Amino acid sequence: MLLRRVIPCLDVKDGRVVKGVRFVDLTDEGDPPTLAARHAADGADEIVFLDISAAPEARGTLLDVVERTAKRVFVPVTVGGGVRTADEMRDVLRAGADKVAVNSAAVREPEMLTACARRFGRQCVVISVDARAVPDEPGRWEVVIAGGRTPTGLDAIEWITRAVELGAGEVLLTSIDRDGTKEGFDLPLLRAAVAAVDVPVVASGGAGTPADMVAAITEGHADAVLAASIFHRGIHSIDSVKDALAAAGVPVRRSAAVAA
Amino acid sequence: MSGDRPSGIVVVDYGAGNLVSIRNALTLLGAAPTVATEPGQVRDAAVVLVPGVGASGPAMERLERAGLATAIRDAVGDGAWYVGICLGLQLLFDRSEEDGAEMLGLLAGEVVLIADAPRLPHIGWNQLDIVRPDPLLDGLADGAPAYFVHSYVARPADRSIVLAETEHGSRFPSVIAQGRIVGYQPHPERSGVDGLRLLRNLLTVTGILGAGATEAIAQPVLVPEVA
Repeated sequence: MLLRRVIPCLDVKDGRVVKGVRFVDLTDEGDPPTLAARHAADGADEIVFLDISAAPEARGTLLDVVERTAKRVFVPVTVGGGVRTADEMRDVLRAGADKVAVNSAAVREPEMLTACARRFGRQCVVISVDARAVPDEPGRWEVVIAGGRTPTGLDAIEWITRAVELGAGEVLLTSIDRDGTKEGFDLPLLRAAVAAVDVPVVASGGAGTPADMVAAITEGHADAVLAASIFHRGIHSIDSVKDALAAAGVPVRRSAAVAA
Repeated sequence: MSGDRPSGIVVVDYGAGNLVSIRNALTLLGAAPTVATEPGQVRDAAVVLVPGVGASGPAMERLERAGLATAIRDAVGDGAWYVGICLGLQLLFDRSEEDGAEMLGLLAGEVVLIADAPRLPHIGWNQLDIVRPDPLLDGLADGAPAYFVHSYVARPADRSIVLAETEHGSRFPSVIAQGRIVGYQPHPERSGVDGLRLLRNLLTVTGILGAGATEAIAQPVLVPEVA
């Protein structure tokens, strides 16, 4: 039986984790491989790095981060941020990433999804979509790009459908309205996306409690839940999220990392 | 016998995807894998590991063009171990529905889309249901989770080669073995402690690691960086 994934997301800028990820007993709080390894040991089913560096020269730094992570993390690693071409995707995969999430570049040039899927297989290609509710039009969301700053006029559900047709093998769907609010996921958005495509959908944006994660799966029908801030400062552990999921009857992978 | 071969275990590089993870995992476990891009490197190996992401058609094209497909068949005919991961397992069979590709044909059977799958690709952690105990599965609990990323699965002509199977809408082989041919549909190198255990078993069974190397895998995930 396919188990539902719990995925911590680390925002990486110029080779360092930003956005206040903190584990009390770590000396180097901002080192992405160290934090990724810690999350993996805590039972993370996958690690997502989202590179938010603005400068193009941060590229090499990111590849170094991925390489160092691959040496100590033996769960899947997905990398997003700034990948525009199949060659750039190759570099990230060869550094040790399992999947690459593309966002703005795919909106600007949708055919790149097809090129990447043809070359590496669709299972490597994640379409990352930031969606914002259209005011006064319930059930409609607009795609925003460039880190949520630039509206595109694209209908989010139509874009997701098209991106999957073009070659994306997974959808990472972030509600910009909920992102960082800890008010829970946008469940109608999730349901609409899950109904529109037959590839896995990862829910992102708004997780505040384990109960939110449960709702994303049992009510939003997501295949996986991604969160950043909920796991920071040890307020909620990955284990506590999995406890809540298991209690709700959702099949999850229990952490074996602490076993001798 | 592995000592007679200069290269031990090679990881075949045919130009797509993530070789780093499997190499790192093998290194962590005490093996010294080399990456093979040339037919000669494959022919000299005791264990030929074919990793896999990507699509069947392009993968077979690259293997054929580089002379690696022939080298793999020769090595296996000459007594080398073949270890396939994900697409590497699928490449063992006669042909695939994906791209209509002709595969290596080392095992009889076909590669087909997962029947009745609720969602494809099949991405995520799923359970290995043990069908037949084998040293390759030592220490693994029945139903242990492993990480899968694929849409196609093997349909072997000989069902007795199946060691474990997995369900995603329908059941398919997730670990197979026949003689010196071993295949994993999931990615052991991405499957946490259970995956590392599978690889440790593999290195022991294939003789890459001595019998003394079977102690428990300590602190499997929070591990020091590979040198």
